[in-house]
Amino acid sequence: MSDLHETAATGTEARAVAVRRRLTRPLIWVAAAALAIAVPFYLEGFWLQTGLFAMSAAVGAIGINLLTGSTGQLSMGHAFFLAIGAYAYVYFSADPEQGARQALGGLGLPTPLAAVLAVLTAGVAGGLFSPIAGRLKGAYLGIATLALIFLGQHLLFNATAVTGGYNGRAVPPLHLFGLTFADTPALVVMDVPFGALERLWFLGLLLVLGAAAFARGVLRGRPGRAMNTIRDHEIAAGVMGVPVARYRAGVFVLSSMYGGLAGVMLALVFQRTVPDYFGVFLSLDYLAMIVIGGLGSIGGAVIGAVFVSMLPQLLTRYSDSLPLIAEPGSGGVSPAEAARILYGAAVVSVVLFLPGGLAGLFARLRAGGGGRTGRPARARGLRFSSSPTPTPSPDTRS
Amino acid sequence: MITFLELLVNGISIGAVYALIALGFVVIFKATEVVNFAHASLLLAGGYLVARLQPLTGFWAALVIGVAAAAVVGAAIEFLIIRRANVASHSVLAIVTIGVDIVLTTELTRQIGTEILALGDPWGDSVVHLGEVTVAETRIVALFTAAALITLFLLAFKYTGWGIAMRATAEDSETAALMGIRLGRVSLSAWAVAGALAAVAAVFLCVFPTPGLDRGTSLAAIKAFPAAILGGLDSTTGALVGGLIVGVTEALMTGYQNQLAFLGRGIGDVAPFLVMVVILLLRPAGLFGIRETARV
Repeated sequence: MSDLHETAATGTEARAVAVRRRLTRPLIWVAAAALAIAVPFYLEGFWLQTGLFAMSAAVGAIGINLLTGSTGQLSMGHAFFLAIGAYAYVYFSADPEQGARQALGGLGLPTPLAAVLAVLTAGVAGGLFSPIAGRLKGAYLGIATLALIFLGQHLLFNATAVTGGYNGRAVPPLHLFGLTFADTPALVVMDVPFGALERLWFLGLLLVLGAAAFARGVLRGRPGRAMNTIRDHEIAAGVMGVPVARYRAGVFVLSSMYGGLAGVMLALVFQRTVPDYFGVFLSLDYLAMIVIGGLGSIGGAVIGAVFVSMLPQLLTRYSDSLPLIAEPGSGGVSPAEAARILYGAAVVSVVLFLPGGLAGLFARLRAGGGGRTGRPARARGLRFSSSPTPTPSPDTRS
Repeated sequence: MITFLELLVNGISIGAVYALIALGFVVIFKATEVVNFAHASLLLAGGYLVARLQPLTGFWAALVIGVAAAAVVGAAIEFLIIRRANVASHSVLAIVTIGVDIVLTTELTRQIGTEILALGDPWGDSVVHLGEVTVAETRIVALFTAAALITLFLLAFKYTGWGIAMRATAEDSETAALMGIRLGRVSLSAWAVAGALAAVAAVFLCVFPTPGLDRGTSLAAIKAFPAAILGGLDSTTGALVGGLIVGVTEALMTGYQNQLAFLGRGIGDVAPFLVMVVILLLRPAGLFGIRETARV
């Protein structure tokens, strides 16, 4: 439907827009890169840590957006794969130790290898679930994946030799190319002491860029088209020769590997893994991220991840000066609760009022003040219809 | 053997309560094709109101108000949000209900805080002896109430005009609309009924032997999701059978926890989900679900 607008733009106008974009786009990228590199030199630890959480969340959100946004498969089990990634990294890289109360296992592998193996382990875990992930669709899969959360929690608390049980485990810092991602040995760059957070910042940036580039490649290519067709019309996809079940299972595995990578990053930033963190709420957070950012769009996943993971931190930090928000434990609305209510409401209002999420909003603004001749903002996610009566899809009729 | 029978009776009774929750879930799905992830928070809302009102009004009045209020909350979600969300895919609506669930659950658990709210029900902690088997009175009441409500619902579903409208909508909503059925009312009533059923279930989830309503109650309600899906999301019979399977599995696994120690502590909470996964592996549409066929 929206393609009509595209053809409506006259040739000259389109060309002018293209030229302008060709000039501005590299500038924006250079500015963003400079800003990202400058951050560790100026901002304090709190902001770095918040930013690193956002980066880890961005990687995880890109992964679940491939599954939910682009393929239309709901997953409530993303937290499980984060947990797998985090704990697998710890298990592979830590040396076995005889604690006071319990013995902790570990393989003592080189840390980069452990990180890669952790991502692969998450992929294998996703693959083990693929008989279900391939056959169920949409919200059915959402409920089925709830099982992963509960199974995960059970394992985290009970497989104490691997996970450390209730207390969790300390995360060994990463050693890469002779650089240790920890506060010691001390490192000073341009008069700024470079601790663990500063070092991880650059690693995190690289990983987010890599994850985004890979997802972009997947979405732009043949698999992406197949995934979108499965989402929009399963039968049509099958008729055109897309192996629907195999694709669903494959995307599930890919998204769980993204989850695993996010888990590894999270473990490195936290420096300790605790089982409580990987509960059902974490999964809901990820769904909120991709809806708020924009379903099916990589930039949207990153924006949503930044929004959802930074909101509680910001509210906590500025809780004194914000109205309606009380100190944690004082009976009023605590910052974490306020954040949760805010983004829950954001999810609802985005679907009601802002089709395409924040990414769609930016695209519309860039297209030129809502003018009708510009590039139409198109939700690449689960199709939000712009006409008053949604076209009946096979989903809506039996 | 006695233990087994006691566990079985308890399992069936808690299963009947799960069936109530699952039934509401299935009704919403049949009428509007929305998978309602906000169901647990509807339940929490109903239970919370009953617990807060009962010191003021007494149990029965509180129960009536709580059930009515949960029905209103359900209807309000439908009227204010689901109806206005102009989306073509129902997966997006499922995510909207997740958003609603986040808001409601966060606010309610904040209100509850660390308290454990008693429901002030008239059955208290008295037990009934059936031969050598000892069962809590609340469990018996739960079983009979759930059975009565489910029977009532199924009869209404079959014989009243409302039930026929509901079934016609579930079958083919466009044709139903052409026949003069007002789809808005059908889905509104479905959400209201689901809310009311969830509130009743909330009461029985929180009475003896459970200490009361606390912030973990919504987690207990999540166990009704596997109940609904393992029976088949579009089947009312499936909801009943699924509820019973989940209840009995949970009760037995928890009861024989010590013999099952190799599976780890707290296996009872995970068992319903494992059963669900096994059943979905064998029958992806659930036990009674209709495998979707499409004409091209």
